[in-house]
Amino acid sequence: MTKIPFETVVARHGTAVLRVCRAVVGIHDAEDAWSETFLAALRAYPQLPENANLEAWLVTIAHRKAIDIIRGRQRQAHPVAEVPERPSTLGIPGATDADLHHAVTRLPTKQRQAVAYHYLGGLPYSEVAEVIGGSAEAARRAGSDGIAALRRHLAAPAENPRITTAAPAHPASRGARP
Amino acid sequence: MTQHIPSALTDLPVGLLDRLHTRLAADAASADLLDVAYRTLDSPVGPLLLAATPRGLLRVAFDSEDHDAVLAAIAAKVSPRILFAPERLDAAARELDEYFARTRTTFDLPLDHALSKGFRQTVQTYLPLIPYGHTETYAHVAARVGNPRAVRAVGTACATNPLPLVLPCHRVVRSDGSPGGYAGGPEAKTALIALEAA
Repeated sequence: MTKIPFETVVARHGTAVLRVCRAVVGIHDAEDAWSETFLAALRAYPQLPENANLEAWLVTIAHRKAIDIIRGRQRQAHPVAEVPERPSTLGIPGATDADLHHAVTRLPTKQRQAVAYHYLGGLPYSEVAEVIGGSAEAARRAGSDGIAALRRHLAAPAENPRITTAAPAHPASRGARP
Repeated sequence: MTQHIPSALTDLPVGLLDRLHTRLAADAASADLLDVAYRTLDSPVGPLLLAATPRGLLRVAFDSEDHDAVLAAIAAKVSPRILFAPERLDAAARELDEYFARTRTTFDLPLDHALSKGFRQTVQTYLPLIPYGHTETYAHVAARVGNPRAVRAVGTACATNPLPLVLPCHRVVRSDGSPGGYAGGPEAKTALIALEAA
């Protein structure tokens, strides 16, 4: 039993981790979050125990990188008397996808993380709880409240006439690279 | 997980992951974390896997060797920090293309011999001394590396050559003139001898 090539790790988990990053830090910062996650994972990979759960390990790293990115953003922000109108940094302005991503970013942090790690990262709530802290039951409640809030957002037909639903994301493989 | 989630959360822009993968390979190389880079190369003897460490070309593998199995073996023996990263293999791919186009008769590539040792490595490093277009017998090679009784061991060294083509084990044949075994299959060996004789 030896470790699989890291390329296979990227092929198996890259899609799910990218979805998680887009939900947690937004479309704009997701590429940096993904890149930093996989670079950190590559660095630590030789020391990872062979029986480790790769998906949970990667989501944990992505979680930390997302926190770093969000903190960095808050440091850059400076208080102003009135918030100026400006284009969304979360995607194409006016697109329904960006609108939904905006709705995700407005969820309370724990809900957003629980939705991302459970529904997009594919982790069971017991593992989500290990990543974000608290009990599995609290993680389940946060995930379910979060998805309900997103549903309510989607249920406003005038705002979002084109949004459809898809089956839950499981880690999709891009297949072996040539 | 029976609940459905909005496709806007799961749909990803076309090409984004490929772009991120390319960036990862570049970041990994500059952070000195790309222990093994690999790519494939189409050739007249089938798709070849090329893998290199920062020190040099580590492995050339035929399709019949099963590229996934070859990468798994490299992960175990050298490092699991392996990524598809064609750039490091540019020179090797170019020289192999030239070899198959018959515009190149010797290779001029840095090599990493990490996958062989001892007598096998001695035999393998001798192989480029057999001139292009010529063949030698296993017995002759055994004598040339200073161990004339080690004919079978020379056969094993050729059979386990991690760098076929570049270290030309296809130029070592049986004393009855038949080509003998080859990792890429006997047809590939015959084809390579014919290519060099043309």
